[in-house]
Amino acid sequence: MKKIIDFTIRKNYSLNEDTFILVLHAPELPEIKVGQFVNVKVENSPLTFLRRPISVHDVEPEKGLLYLLIKKNGKGTVQLSMLREGDKLNIILPLGNSFSIPSNGRCLLVGGGVGIAPLLYLSKQLKAKGLSSVVLIGARNKNHVILQEEYGKYAEVYYTTEDGSYGEKGFPTQHSILSEHFDHIYCCGPEPMMRAVARYAYSNKIDCEVSLENMMACGIGACLCCVNETQEGHKCVCVDGPIFNINDLKWQN
Amino acid sequence: MAELNINLNRGLQLKNPVLTASGTFGYGVEFQDFINLEDLGGFIVKGTTLKHREGNPYPRMAETPSGMLNAVGLQNKGVDYFVGHIYPQIKDIQTNILVNVSGSCVADYVATAEKINELSNIPGIELNISCPNVKEGGMAFGTSCISAAEVVSAVRKVYHKHLMVKLSPNVTHIQEIALAVEAAGADSVSLINTLLGMAINIQKRKPILSTITGGLSGACVKPVALRMVWQVAQAVKIPVVGLGGIMSATDAIEFLLAGASAIQIGTANFIDPTITIKVIEGINSYLNENGFQSVQEIIGVI
Repeated sequence: MKKIIDFTIRKNYSLNEDTFILVLHAPELPEIKVGQFVNVKVENSPLTFLRRPISVHDVEPEKGLLYLLIKKNGKGTVQLSMLREGDKLNIILPLGNSFSIPSNGRCLLVGGGVGIAPLLYLSKQLKAKGLSSVVLIGARNKNHVILQEEYGKYAEVYYTTEDGSYGEKGFPTQHSILSEHFDHIYCCGPEPMMRAVARYAYSNKIDCEVSLENMMACGIGACLCCVNETQEGHKCVCVDGPIFNINDLKWQN
Repeated sequence: MAELNINLNRGLQLKNPVLTASGTFGYGVEFQDFINLEDLGGFIVKGTTLKHREGNPYPRMAETPSGMLNAVGLQNKGVDYFVGHIYPQIKDIQTNILVNVSGSCVADYVATAEKINELSNIPGIELNISCPNVKEGGMAFGTSCISAAEVVSAVRKVYHKHLMVKLSPNVTHIQEIALAVEAAGADSVSLINTLLGMAINIQKRKPILSTITGGLSGACVKPVALRMVWQVAQAVKIPVVGLGGIMSATDAIEFLLAGASAIQIGTANFIDPTITIKVIEGINSYLNENGFQSVQEIIGVI
């Protein structure tokens, strides 16, 4: 059941010049599945009108804590970066479908930029199911290499950077770890990166799910603005996604 | 508790003057986690056409100051799907469920309205002659008195329940269109549909919407909508349903004062899915605080 909750900011800390984490508290959290997102109301921001859809980065249900990893991308997210401990944030959650959790096999989680956000909660859940995972992160340069220790708690972590300043040089699809065997791939990041990962998955016949991020107005399937083309026509990223199996998309070519 | 009920003609009784605008409220069920749909005066489901429509390509939405542009293009699975799959899910909800009907030619409007006429728990349709986001039909019907009257009289012949006609603001004299559809047999008019607009991404040097232009809605359109509701209410005898940028009870009360017998809440549902209930409560408080027994006492006092 979707809820509208006023969360209290417990912490707001920067990871680098453009990325920050909000730690939010509510007395009671609804059940949140891996890959779901929330829709955040930005107050005191006259030039933003709609809510901002943001991936769930992590959840600690027993403590009532929700973690959001956010990149300053525009006026709304910049306003969110200025929130202080004790401020309130009105959030609709949980929204969207979820990643499928397999019963066995080795998992590869590929993230680019702020697209790494949903992969922490996912890697945590995969570990809890006893599955072994690799998290492969594409970053612009070493200043954008964040949260290595966090992801390291649940998975082996590898990086690529575009300038080679950390990890292997290049893009995630060029990393040497891809020569190893994987049974499932999960991916979230810029669309060109997700399409490249999808091509790798198609050619190696590996099951692959991607998390899409189309512009949306409502987040609950009412406005039909966030559609993506699928094998079955237009589907809403907010309710039919954000997670899509690549076989349901039209990404083969 | 003030009296909130409204009679919109031809047996369409609302328990309060708050409806939801088509295209912003899905089929109602999307909002069931947040509100009790039976508390509404009614809701108007998504634009329905004779045949399945995929709608326009993505991107279909652009945020603008105090508003948004959309170019959904009437994506829906067609009237037969509505009758077979959606109607059974919603027909027992105890409020007025109206279907927004659109088409690309008069025959399509007529055929769709005929099928909805058979649904006993749908007390009315809202005829959409004002969608700015489709290539054929839609707004083309609503921007000339002759074509507006033509489609309304054709539908009137086959549709025997409440016929609300949704007007486009993208015209020179909206009162003339309103008078034309009134003469053609409309039971009420609703206005305004979205204002034609545009947004550009200066980095890509391209329009944001795949269709270049789209329909503007949200708080920014309210003054225009309010002016048009006032103008039309002065001109016609049938009830006027006001919409356009209503974000609060205050906004809704302004429309009632300007002459709207009922109002629709649209884009505000995206930001606060409980806004409809807050507006109903706010109208009631306003009436109580100002010593009115009934909402009818404030309609059209300006």
